[in-house]
Amino acid sequence: MAEQTSIVKCLVWDLDNTLWQGTLLEDGDVRLPDSVRELVTELDSRGILQSVASKNDHDQAWKRLEALGVAEYFVLPRIGWGPKSDSVREIADELGFALGTVAFVDDQPAERAEVRFHLPEVRCYDAGRLPELAALPEFSPVTVTVDSRRRRQMYQAGFRRKSAEAEFQGPSDDFLRSLELQMRIGRATEDELSRVEELTLRTSQMNATGVHYSSSDLRALLADPRHEVLVTTLTDRFGPHGAVGLQLLEKHAGVWNLKLLATSCRVVSFGAGSVLLGWLVDQAAHAGVHLVADFRRTERNRMMEIAYRLAGFTDEPCDCRAGLPEPAQEDVQRLHLLPAPCAPPPTMKLHTVSLEGV
Amino acid sequence: MNQDPATTAEGIAQAITAFVSKRVGADVPADQDLFESGLVSSLFAMELVVHLEQAFSVQILGDDLKRDNFRSVRAMTALVLRLNGAGHATGA
Ligand SMILES: [Zn+2]
Repeated sequence: MAEQTSIVKCLVWDLDNTLWQGTLLEDGDVRLPDSVRELVTELDSRGILQSVASKNDHDQAWKRLEALGVAEYFVLPRIGWGPKSDSVREIADELGFALGTVAFVDDQPAERAEVRFHLPEVRCYDAGRLPELAALPEFSPVTVTVDSRRRRQMYQAGFRRKSAEAEFQGPSDDFLRSLELQMRIGRATEDELSRVEELTLRTSQMNATGVHYSSSDLRALLADPRHEVLVTTLTDRFGPHGAVGLQLLEKHAGVWNLKLLATSCRVVSFGAGSVLLGWLVDQAAHAGVHLVADFRRTERNRMMEIAYRLAGFTDEPCDCRAGLPEPAQEDVQRLHLLPAPCAPPPTMKLHTVSLEGV
Repeated sequence: MNQDPATTAEGIAQAITAFVSKRVGADVPADQDLFESGLVSSLFAMELVVHLEQAFSVQILGDDLKRDNFRSVRAMTALVLRLNGAGHATGA
């Protein structure tokens, strides 16, 4: 039954007599109860996406959602006359969510049965249970971060970005430039710690050591003057990508040890990992120190090794290696680089802190 | 067997030139420094690694991933030839 208590990532709503009271095509007028409006905004703030599967006239129903002031809360709405199981499946596919993380709420037992028959993993709720929904464990994520509160906006920006890319003709660097990417690299604050922890849990693919740091590990390091905990956020003309990168750096005399570099898989195609490395190499060059990066090969982080090697990291011996404490984990390789100043990337604008001094 | 275009220097160079030219939207002479001319970004370099591995069934590991090996069509051709040769030498 573990599956039953996993967190719902998207709730798909029926409209007539579920989201609103009344039947739009029969009554003309429908009413959105305050309690339902509050539920929609509450789930949104918890980072749970919401969508619509309704048998209705599309334009009329969408206009009504807009008039009620809630249209913006729903992503990828499916309003038409097809089976609701098709709608729910399409929504899950397009979001890239497993069906076990999707829920469906409808007042009609026949509609719930139809969805349950074709998609047994989808959790179905009677509209009569709406008042208790927010208190159920599957709708109550343990950590709610800055990014989960903005998750819907990030998805909506993602859809606009995707269609722009599909329409764009020409080299991909030109497309990247057209996105007007802005990367911010700053020291993590207490508030950002939960956000950072979520990042290390979610980004196994691009985690250079495969080591997970809990928020208490990281909190301890924030207070340590030898360590830099750096968080990277990315935005473009379509909106925010949220926190996409984490660097953990230990500064010694003459050498900086990059103990962790993790970037979100969502931004690999923007070259975010290489940009972060390039910036760090440039900072080290100006501080006059060598760089040593910890790397532990996992089945999924090959792109990270390629990024390190292409940035110039090697296995070469160097006296600076002797000054470093042993790595916390076995089978960690230490890649070395003698930094040279590095030009800013042509594809994005950087806003960063300076690591010199301190 | 030896005439398979994927194993001759000329065939490899042609295939790499075609791939790079298409992606950067320009003619690319075999000796052109792709990084210096700004034709290849770090991101595209990562794509090149993956592309060469798939197109020529080679594995590019460790020190072979250094930037100089991807600097020009000629450098990439030499890398692929060397890795191919190593594979054949072990009797594959
Ligand atoms: Zn050194």
